[in-house]
Amino acid sequence: MITTTSQAEARQQKREPVLSIRQLVKRFGGLTAVNKVDMDVYPGEVVGLVGDNAAGKSTLIKCVSGVYHPEDGEIYFQGRRVNFARPIDARNAGIETIYQDLALAGNLNVSANIFMGREAKKRHLGGLIHTLDERYMLDESKQVLDTLEIRFPSYTEQIEKLSGGQRQAVAIARAVYWQARLMIMDEPTNNLGVVEQRKVLELIHKLKEQDVPVILISHTLPDVFAVTDRIVVLHRGRKVTEKSTSETDSQEIVQYMVGALDDSAEIRTA
Amino acid sequence: MALGKQQAIEVGTTTSQRERRKQLVLLLSRVWAWVFLGILIVFFIVSVPIVSEGSVTFLTVRNSQNILVAITPVLLLGLGQTFVIIAGGIDLSVGWMMSLASVISALVIRETFNVGQPLLAAVIIGFVATVVGTGFVGFLNGTIIARLKVPAFIVTLGSSFIVRGVAFLLTDNTTVIGLPPGLRDYGNNALIYLIRGEGGGVYFLNSPDVTGDLLRNMDRVLPYPVVLTVIVVAIAMFLLKKTQFGRHTYAIGGNLEAALRAGIPVDRHIISLYMLSAVTAGIAGFLSTLRFTAGSAVIGDPLLLSSIAAVIIGGVSLFGGAGSVMGTVIGALLIAVLTTGLVMLNVLPFWQFIVVGVVVILAVLIDQARDLIIGRFESE
Ligand SMILES: Nc1ncnc2c1ncn2[C@@H]1O[C@H](COP(=O)(O)OP(=O)(O)OP(=O)(O)O)[C@@H](O)[C@H]1O
Ligand SMILES: [Mg+2]
Repeated sequence: MITTTSQAEARQQKREPVLSIRQLVKRFGGLTAVNKVDMDVYPGEVVGLVGDNAAGKSTLIKCVSGVYHPEDGEIYFQGRRVNFARPIDARNAGIETIYQDLALAGNLNVSANIFMGREAKKRHLGGLIHTLDERYMLDESKQVLDTLEIRFPSYTEQIEKLSGGQRQAVAIARAVYWQARLMIMDEPTNNLGVVEQRKVLELIHKLKEQDVPVILISHTLPDVFAVTDRIVVLHRGRKVTEKSTSETDSQEIVQYMVGALDDSAEIRTA
Repeated sequence: MALGKQQAIEVGTTTSQRERRKQLVLLLSRVWAWVFLGILIVFFIVSVPIVSEGSVTFLTVRNSQNILVAITPVLLLGLGQTFVIIAGGIDLSVGWMMSLASVISALVIRETFNVGQPLLAAVIIGFVATVVGTGFVGFLNGTIIARLKVPAFIVTLGSSFIVRGVAFLLTDNTTVIGLPPGLRDYGNNALIYLIRGEGGGVYFLNSPDVTGDLLRNMDRVLPYPVVLTVIVVAIAMFLLKKTQFGRHTYAIGGNLEAALRAGIPVDRHIISLYMLSAVTAGIAGFLSTLRFTAGSAVIGDPLLLSSIAAVIIGGVSLFGGAGSVMGTVIGALLIAVLTTGLVMLNVLPFWQFIVVGVVVILAVLIDQARDLIIGRFESE
């Protein structure tokens, strides 16, 4: 296992990791997409997960979020061994994943999306009839959006009329409202304009303030350096290094990404 | 990182003027069917007396009631369809489902009455049998669609043939007759009776015992089938707009994947939607049995396309995710007003098909134009 300064620091603070991945292996036929990867995420930490195309980043996080089932290795979430059968189980446990396609319903408004699947209801006639409690859902939505300092021109408009960045914000607000214990973002700034990309990065800072740890997958190294505390680099399914963001630079990370540098190889040969 | 309120993340800004123009377009696209309906009514009010040289007018109590009675089956078929299409599906079986319901209810009412039950009991048992029978077929439709992932178009096309076959087998290809004569009252009595002119008046619930001119001048206002349909419409509206059931219907039609990930019981929901659609078609069949005192295996088939037309005119998107119950009501009204008005203008009835066809295509074009215009505002 590769021990880095930031991990050591975190341990000194005696904080248990929210997520621990141990020796995780995921194969697709003859291809080993994830090969014995170890990774920890501590409370309030933003971890960058980088690597070239097909390095196994998405596959790794899909193992965590219940989409794929690893062949080998263990995942511990909040101290307990987990084995999510379906994505919804991971979500119920507090692992929110934000994919590029967002998992929002474009024909519904902001609060309907934040409460999708967990709508608040009012009881009538002694519980015989339940109606949606729109007032409550709207108020709660506004409150969580306020905490994240997100403003919309209208809360009642269908979200397909919002911009990509605004929708990203709705997805993040939903995760915060439902008290996500871990947020996974797979290339959240893809297809966004420059201004909107910056807003999403600001939201990642907000999540950190709320003590929600974030795993950020991105090909945009400046973004990764702007928001992360630690960077994990994958290369062909293996973790080749793990660096505290303050102790590395993009040149070094790129060398790991292309396979020119490889800490795991050193360890193996040592 | 403490951002002040002023620096708060301003996600998107809109100038109020552009916003207002956008709202106007949205409003127009929402109310055009109402406006069109109004224009049609005015047109018929003006032109019908001219064509028929003054003796006949479009705007009468009797005519309005005729229109209401005429739309009940189309509307009922369209109501269930509205839910199904909003969730991104389609139910092609509702026409023959209505036929099957007409046959089942007629047979059950007749046989229950014949074994000595009172008429009211026979009617209630007939209703329950219809709901259970059609609900079961809807359950099969939904189960095959949701669990076995066969496209709704195929499943309901297939089941419409099956239902059709069963309806004909049950009736041996004839009309189910010999129903208790009192049944007529259930299907044709009204809440209010209005007699115009001398010696006239307003009567409630029971048909006044009158003859001759008075009988000829009597209008039945709000016949029972219309009342029942209004109740079903109200329930459907409530269900779609006010409850979790309705919200999930929109969510599934908007983004199936998102609905699944949000933990909505999508399969179960889809099954209940096809049951709902089958049952509203069943109620339409039941009402037709009451109205005609007979069960018919061919009554529903011609109404399938009209009901889908009503739904589309009402603004339900065939791609799912959008639409309302009120829209479908307007769509059905529009078709009925058109049909009645054209008949009164002595236009050959076949013209109604052509006009309805044009309106259906127009409705979709208007929706597209709206999206185009709004899109242009947004990219400005
Ligand atoms: N469902 C699948 N079936 C078969 N092979 C897969 C599947 N998903 C991923 N792979 C393969 O696993 C490898 C890792 O893919 P993965 O999507 O995890 O890479 P990535 O690091 O996310 O890349 P990118 O940066 O392009 O998103 C690739 O070779 C890919 O082709
Ligand atoms: Mg990927």
